[in-house]
Parts: sequence; C-alpha cells; structure tokens
Amino acid sequence: MFDLQWLLIAIPLASGLGLLVWGKEGDRFGHLIGTAASALSFLFGVVLFASLLGKDGEDRSQSTKLFTWIDAGSFHVDMGFTFDQLSGLFVLLITGVGTLIHVYSIGYMAHDERRRRFFAFLNIFIAAMLTLVLASDYLVLFLGWEGVGLASYLLIGFWQHKDSAAAAAKKAFVVNRVGDLGMATGIMLMFSEFGTSSIHAVNGAITGASGSVATALGLLLLLGACGKSAQVPLQSWLLDAMEGPTPVSALIHAATMVTAGVYLVVRSHGIFDASEAARTAVIVVGLVTLLAGAWIGCAKDDIKKALAGSTMSQIGYMMLAAGLGPAGYAFAIFHLITHGFFKANMFLGAGSVMHGMDDDVEMRHYGGLRTFMPITFATFGLGYLAIIGVPPFAGFWSKDKIIEAAFGENFWVGLGALLGAGVTAFYMTRLMIMTFLSEKRWREGVHPHESPRVMTWPLIGLAVLSALGGVLLVSNWITEWLEPITGHAEHEELAVPAIVLTLIITVVVAIGVVAAVAFYRREPIAVETPADSSVSIFARAGRHELYGNELNDAIVVRPTRHLTRFLVWFDGKGVDGFVTGVADRLGDTSQFLRKPQTGYVRSYALTMFGGVAVLVLALLAVTLA
Amino acid sequence: MIATFSSATDLPPISAPDIEYSLLAPVFIIAGVAVLGVIVEAFWPRSSRFLVQAGLAVVGIVAAFADTIWVFTDLDKLDGSRLARGQVAAEGALAVDGPGVFAWGILLIFGFLSMLLFAERRLEGGLSGFTGRAADAPGSASEAEAIKHRVEHTEVFPLALFALVGMMLFATSNDLLTMFVALEVLSLPLYLLCGLARRRRLMSQEAALKYFLLGAFSSVFFLYGIALTYGYAGSFRLSDIDVAVTNRTGGENMLLAATALMAVGLLFKIGAVPFHTWTPDVYQGAPTPVTAFMAAGTKAAAFLALLRVFFVAFGGSSWDWRPIIVAVAIITMFLGAVVSISQTDVKRMLAYSSIAHAGFLLVGFVGAYAGAKDSSRITSTSSILFYLTVYGVSSIGAFAVVTLVRDSGGETTHLSKWAGLGKTSPVLAGSFALFMLSFAGIPLTGGFIGKWTVFSAAWSGGFWWLVVIGVLVSALAAYFYVRVIVLMFFTEPVGEGPTVAVPSVLTTTVLAVAVIATLGLGIIPGPLLDLAQHAGAFVR
Repeated sequence: MFDLQWLLIAIPLASGLGLLVWGKEGDRFGHLIGTAASALSFLFGVVLFASLLGKDGEDRSQSTKLFTWIDAGSFHVDMGFTFDQLSGLFVLLITGVGTLIHVYSIGYMAHDERRRRFFAFLNIFIAAMLTLVLASDYLVLFLGWEGVGLASYLLIGFWQHKDSAAAAAKKAFVVNRVGDLGMATGIMLMFSEFGTSSIHAVNGAITGASGSVATALGLLLLLGACGKSAQVPLQSWLLDAMEGPTPVSALIHAATMVTAGVYLVVRSHGIFDASEAARTAVIVVGLVTLLAGAWIGCAKDDIKKALAGSTMSQIGYMMLAAGLGPAGYAFAIFHLITHGFFKANMFLGAGSVMHGMDDDVEMRHYGGLRTFMPITFATFGLGYLAIIGVPPFAGFWSKDKIIEAAFGENFWVGLGALLGAGVTAFYMTRLMIMTFLSEKRWREGVHPHESPRVMTWPLIGLAVLSALGGVLLVSNWITEWLEPITGHAEHEELAVPAIVLTLIITVVVAIGVVAAVAFYRREPIAVETPADSSVSIFARAGRHELYGNELNDAIVVRPTRHLTRFLVWFDGKGVDGFVTGVADRLGDTSQFLRKPQTGYVRSYALTMFGGVAVLVLALLAVTLA
Repeated sequence: MIATFSSATDLPPISAPDIEYSLLAPVFIIAGVAVLGVIVEAFWPRSSRFLVQAGLAVVGIVAAFADTIWVFTDLDKLDGSRLARGQVAAEGALAVDGPGVFAWGILLIFGFLSMLLFAERRLEGGLSGFTGRAADAPGSASEAEAIKHRVEHTEVFPLALFALVGMMLFATSNDLLTMFVALEVLSLPLYLLCGLARRRRLMSQEAALKYFLLGAFSSVFFLYGIALTYGYAGSFRLSDIDVAVTNRTGGENMLLAATALMAVGLLFKIGAVPFHTWTPDVYQGAPTPVTAFMAAGTKAAAFLALLRVFFVAFGGSSWDWRPIIVAVAIITMFLGAVVSISQTDVKRMLAYSSIAHAGFLLVGFVGAYAGAKDSSRITSTSSILFYLTVYGVSSIGAFAVVTLVRDSGGETTHLSKWAGLGKTSPVLAGSFALFMLSFAGIPLTGGFIGKWTVFSAAWSGGFWWLVVIGVLVSALAAYFYVRVIVLMFFTEPVGEGPTVAVPSVLTTTVLAVAVIATLGLGIIPGPLLDLAQHAGAFVR
C-alpha cells in the first residue's frame, strides 16, 4: 500500500492543474473539487499513518521508488518517496489543516471571481509541500521546495491589483532565492563529496567525512532553512507576505511552508549531529529570531502582521529546539505541530474578524468584538491560551519542553527562550485586548457580524486541536515515536527539578499577561496610530521590523540597483530603464529606448576591440606574472 | 633533357584524397540537397517552387539525421579507446567523433524545426515571413508590386542548408583552416538571411549589415590567431598543435596571443561578453525563424568548435587560458542576466537570455572535466552537449511563440503588448511560460537538468566557487523570467491586447516538439544524458 504513497501528491496536483485549465464552467464547483482533493489526500494519509502505527518500530520507514529521475553514470537520482514517522506526521498536518483551510476558504473567497484559480493554487501548494516532506532524495526535496516557493509567490500576489501585493510577492521570491542558493550549493556539495544526494545515504555517510564538510553542509542547509522559514537574516519577506488572502497566511505562512526549514534541519539530523558549529549556528539563528519576532509582534497594529511576527518568533523556538540536537528534535516537531494548530486557528480567526470589519486589518479600529463574534472570540481565545502556554493547552506542553531543553544546553539560551515566553504572553494579550475586549473603536459604517458556518466550523475544529494537541506528549508518545529518526537523547540533568522550571515559566507568562493588561487597560486605546516620535525607541524599532528592510536596502538593494544602472548604461542601452515591472510604464520607456537603441556598429566594434586588447593583455599578465 | 624528363616521371603520383564517404554522408547529404536547391531555384516553375524547396530541405534533413544516427551507433567499432570514440577523416581535415556526431544530430534537429518555421505561410496571408524581393527599397512602389504579385524568395531554404553544412563542419573540423572555411560557410548565408524580413525591413537590413561587419571583424581576429598558431606549432592540425603546446617548444608569448585571438573569434560566435554587442540587435532585426535557427544552431556549432580547439589543441596550456575564460564566463552570465531585466522587447530579452546561457555554458567549459577511468561523473563535454540540446529546443520554441503574437504591423514584440496573453491564449502563453521556466532552471524542466549538469561538471573540475556564482546569477535571472510569466498571466492587457495568429500545422508541430522536449528532458533526462555521456571525448 505504501507503494501508492505518490497518490498523496498526485491527487491534489491533478486537481490543481485540472482546475487551472478548466474553463469558466468550472467556477461553480471548482472550490468543491479542490477541497475534496485535499480531503481525499488527508484520508489516504490517515490510512497510511494508521497502518504505520500497526507496524513494528523497524518497519516504520516505508520507501518507494516511482521512477529513476536522472541516471547518467554515477549521476543517479530516484524519484523516490519515504513515508516514515516524521513525514507521516507532516502529511497529516499538511492535509488535515490544509483541508480545514480549504473549507474555510469556500466562505472567505465566496465573492472573489477568481476563486477557482485560488483553489487550484492551494491544491498545487499542497502537492508541492507533500513532495517536500515525502522526498527521499535532497534533489526531489528541492523540487518540492521550489514548488512551495512558486505557489507561495503566486498566492501572496493573488490580489495582483494591489501594488503592495505584487511588491510583496516579488520580495518573497527574491529573498527565497537567496535561501535556495544555499540549498542548491549544498546539494552540489553532497554530490561532489558523497556521489549521491539521497537523504538516507548522505546522513549515513557524513560521519565518515571531514568535519569541515559537515559544517559547510550544515550552514548551507541552514541558509536554505532561513529563507523558507523567515529566520534572521532572511526574515523580511514574511511580514509583507501578509498581503496575500488570509487563508494563505494561515496555511502557507503559519502552519506549513514556513516550517519547512525546521523540517529540513530535523531531516538532516545526521549532518547537524556531525557538526557542533552548524548546530550552534542553528541555535543562534533560532534564538535571535525568537526574540526579534516577539519584539516586532509587540509593536504592530496590523492584526495579521502582529501574528506574522509571532509566527517568526515561534519558528525561532522550533529552530532553537532543532539546534539542540537529539535532545530537541522531537520537541521541535512537537511544537511545529501544535503551532500549526493554534496559529492556523488564530489566522483564520483574524480572517473572520476582518470579514466582519470590511477587511480592515488595523487593530486600533477594532475593540469589543467579543459579543458580536462569539464563536470567533471563543476559538481565538483557545488559540491565545495555547500560544502563550497556559496549562493544559497545546502550546504549554510543547514550549515548556523546548525551554527545558534549552536550559539543559546552556543557561543563557534557556534564559532567552524564557524571556521570549514572557514577551509572547505580552503581545498576544495586547492583541486580544485591542481586538475583542476593549471599548469599540469602529469606523463608521462598519457592522461586525459573525462569519458564516463554513468559516466557523474550521475554526472550531482547529480550536479543539489547539486545546488538545498536548495529548501527543502523553507518556512521551511523540519522543518515542520519532526516536528511530532523531536518535535517542539522554535526559539532561537540570539544576532545578523540571516541575520548578515549569512553575517559573508559568509565572513569567503570567507576568507578561498582567503587564499587557496593566498597560492597555489603564487608558483608552488611541484610534490613530501614535506618531513614531511619540513612542519609545523600542516600539519604533519594532514597528519598523527592527529596520530589517532598511538594512537590506542599504547593503543589497541599492548597490545592486546602482550596478544594474551602470551595466545598462555601460551596455549602450541607456535610459533609466531599470525595473520596468509594470507593463503600462513600458510604453513610455520604449519611446525613449528606440532612439539610442540603434547602436552604432563602430561603437560595437570598439567594444570588441577593447575586449580583444583586455583579453590578450590579461592572458599575458596572468601567465607571465 | 632526358634527365629532366626522367626526374619528371619520378614525381610521386598525385593520389586522390581518401574520403570516408559513408562516415561523412550526413554532411554530403545536406550539401548535396543545398546544391540541388540552387538548381531547383533556376529551373522549377515559380508557382510550386516554394513547396518543392521546403519539401526538399525537410526531406534532406530527415535523411541526414537518419544517417547520423547510423554513424553514431557505428562509431564504437572504429577506435579501441574507452574515452574517445570515432576517427579522424578526410585526410585529417575532419574529426568524426562522439561529440561531433552528437552535435550533427542536434544541429539537424534544430535545422528541421527551423525549416518548419521558415515554411510557415499562414501568418502573412499565404506568404512566407521573408521579403518578396530583397532588392526593392523598403516602402517603394516596386515592393508593393512584388507583394501584389505574391513574389517570394525561395532561396532561403538552400541558404539555410548551406549554413547548416557550415555548422556541421565547424563542429567536426580537425584543422584550423577547415575550421575557418566552415566558419565562413556558416556565417555568410546567415548574414543574408538576417536581412530578408518581410516586415520592418530597414531594421532587418541594418541587422544584417551589422552582423556582417562585426562578423568580418571577428573573423579577422580568428584568422590572425590561426596564423600565430601556425607560427608557433608549424601545423594547422589540432593534434600537432597539441604536441607543440605540450612540449612547450618556445615562443610562449606567441602561443598566448594565438590563444587569445582564437578565443575572440569563437567567443564572438557564441555571444560571450565583451563580444556580444551584435546579439541583441541582430536577434531583434532578423526574421524570427532565422533568429531561432541562429540562436540554436550557431551557438551549438560554435561551442563544439570552442571545446575542440581548447580541449584538444590548447589542452596542454589550460592553466594559462582558464583564468581568462573564468572571467569571461562570470561577466557574460552576469551581464546577460542583469541587462535582460531592463529589456522591453521580447526578442532582445531572448537575446540577452542567450548571452546569459552562453555564460552558464562557459562555466561547464571552464571546468574542463574530462572524466576519470574509475568514475562516470558527467564530463564537461557531455554536460555542454546536453545543455545545448535543451537550450536550443526551448529557444526555437520561444521564438516560435514570438512569431504568433501579432498585431496589424506583424509580430508585436514589445513586452507591454504581451500583457494578459494568458487570458486570450492560455495554451500559447503556457508554453512560453514553460520555456521561461526552463531558461530560469526551475526543476522538472530540461533547463534545470542542463544547469545542473554544467555546474556539476565545473564542480568536478574544481571550480566550486564559480558554481556558487553561477547559482547566484541564475537566481537573479529567474527573477526576470518569472516576471514575464506574471506579465502574461496576471496583468490586465493594455488597449485591445495582443492578437494571436492561428498557425498552420508546421508551427504547431514545432511548438509541440519544443514543449514535449523541454518537459520530457526535465522529467526523464536519463536517456539523453546517457547518450551525451556515451559520446565520450574528442579524438585527436
């Protein structure tokens, strides 16, 4: 039966492509087909997972080879998939949460005339994401990796009539290419070192390779992971990506795609186990992102961006855990799953709020929605309790374990993670107060209302999962389940008993909540965003996403732009023709281009002659020097 | 007197050159058909001449291709060496070896597809895309008259076949004089063809003249390089030059100058920076079917010649020329990718993309990885052969799309007119998008595997840092290609939007073949890669 695991991918892929080529007639039921495809894939995933449960520990890694993708000499890559304990969990998360979000989108996108296309993209995303997690070869994984990138790009820019959406899509694409550079080079390195890019073979052979190879591979894969998972320094695209429709933010930019980096690190555990330096880099990246994301989350007034900051921060936790090695891998995955539940829940909740508030995302225009949107409030509340880590909700279990493991590694790392938990409690409480609790600050003509049932049912489903996700940890089920993959870790002895640490964490969280209540209940919340000059330097930095964009602009974008201008000018193609992204700008440019465009042969010949001179001289200089 | 007489009888008899006709048959078939085409041009009645010429060209190419397959499979028997297959033929003038015959194969495929585009007559209301009478001044009364009488230049087919012969010889020439003659045989018909566009004739003629002047200019350097090489090695034969270079017979400066000048001539043909300046202007001005033929064919033939000269003749001094070629490769990739961002014309954009691809190909070339006995890693030569195949087919496909997007003035190549193409004609826009993705090197397209193989060859050759740069630049270029896709699918059309002509079965075939090959080589590249790897090394 596991030979058929490619069906998991094929079903949504076929549906997605079918919906794309289908004409207008498909509009009436396209969304139903898309949802059904995702649900079918989920059901098949459940069947496979169940039969995996029925097997012995050693038999739980089921590989199948679809066909030989590349075979030329030693250049051999199989289009192969592996359904094991780790990818099985991911399949359930992706298709399960994915299906709920498909259902939700039926309502959310009801009035969009391109709804069929939206569902087609969602299906293609699901297929690509499943390829990523099921791949048994890094090159196949890379295929899925590029696929989710493409789907994300298309979906961020889905509302292309908004310039901001188009710009955000472009930014996501460009930043992700930087990460892809790491991936591609990493795979190339695997080939040259081990002659294969099979995940199993590379992680097996790494112990025989030199330490520097492991470190280089680890750092290259980390670069890839940073791009996909919006980790510092490649974090800047995620906040802009919130321009996409909210279900996209929930599915791709919260629950699944952005966690691909964590998956990659855990899947490549052999490489990271072999290199202390690479693991340390992962820890540092995770810790920095965790704090930076939380900081940004505190300062944003846009509900989706606040949640995006929180996503960054939570993925930082997962990265941190993944960097701890065998002690943390299972908890990274555990937090990834619970986060997938509660963050998708809250994003969809935010979408529901926006739906009732005429697509306004500004939290300063909300307030008092508790009574008008009871279901959204209740489900969002459960997500809130889960993310800040109130026992016994899902996030409590998973975050508690990560902080505990971090203290086991290093006191300061643990302290950073602990601080993050407090800040998380602060900004999430702030978000709750501004949206649901405080006084009404609605703009005129807005009549909040509860969303239709097709939207609230998925919310309820995810809320239940957010509340109960912790059961995965009962009698350490998840750590034992993943142990064949991640390796066994001896329990670290902490300076204080685990229960005391749990208490400390809970107290820190409580302090965060109380601080937010004290801060935002003291006086009414201003409807207008206070000017930059009137807020503290910390809030200002947070609002500006810690100046990440400005930094990118200064060290990458502007020099590149100058370089392009220079090259264009140098090439005799004149004019200020750089980035003519929007088609209607092209008309003007062309008129201008036409005149100097008729490049003179004499100048061409001169260029060539110069080239000849340089070539000859360079050759002489290089050789005779 | 008697003594003189007797000494005259003692002269060695003039021996007829020994030509391996069966081995060289593909070249002879194309040359013969081209000559036949000239005769047809003189004697066949005008009314049905176009069809006869087109049919003759297609049939000739198919026959030559079938024979090429036979020659390729037969190569093994000729040489015992494991790495190289084939033999030196025609008194040492030609080297019929694995890579050379592989190149014949792909050149014939490119020629076949281009001939189908040449023969397309539905787009211009029953006339071909070439001018009716090239001698008429553009816009003159006699031009109007020629159009009225539906005059057509049917010489384009024999001309293209002559160019094809030149390309095939260029890819297999084993001495520098043959190589020079082949270079001219391939170039001259192309200069002419460039000037024959039916629409925008001034631009087309300008392109032809530019191409001719700059081509002549580069030929001079090439020829001078040949002369210096002869001065250094005392022979035109690549294998003799190799011996001289390996033994370092002295006169290093002369060798270096010779290397550089030879490189200039070859780098001009492949369109590498700083010898690329002609590319955008010529690609834009030439009739689109000719552009397709040039982009695919010339590049393939010139790359084979480049590989042959530098791997066989100058292989012994590779440490001298590699740093320079590395620099050229980096600048070429970079400039091609960056400047294509600012282009607003589809054909110019494809021209810069072709420059960038020349850069990626040079990366594989610089790796100069010849393979090892115990390993079957992909070699530089086979990676480039694979890349050329993928690039050639996709780019003929892309240019075929260009011929179909039209307005009242003929092809509309301005990018802004392509906005919203995905709505009016999803299949056409979809195939163009596929070619763009392949150029960008996105997985599951042939372009990805092509990039992968050249990078992997360069890596095996020890140029890992160059590979990093290459991957970075391809990331940069991908941005641009994806932008074109976005333009086609997600931007509202300006004005009434583009109209898409309905092509005849000819262009449809070309598009179908290109799409299938681009996808097929991405999903199952194995057989072709194996074939390229099987082609082995050059014979000496």
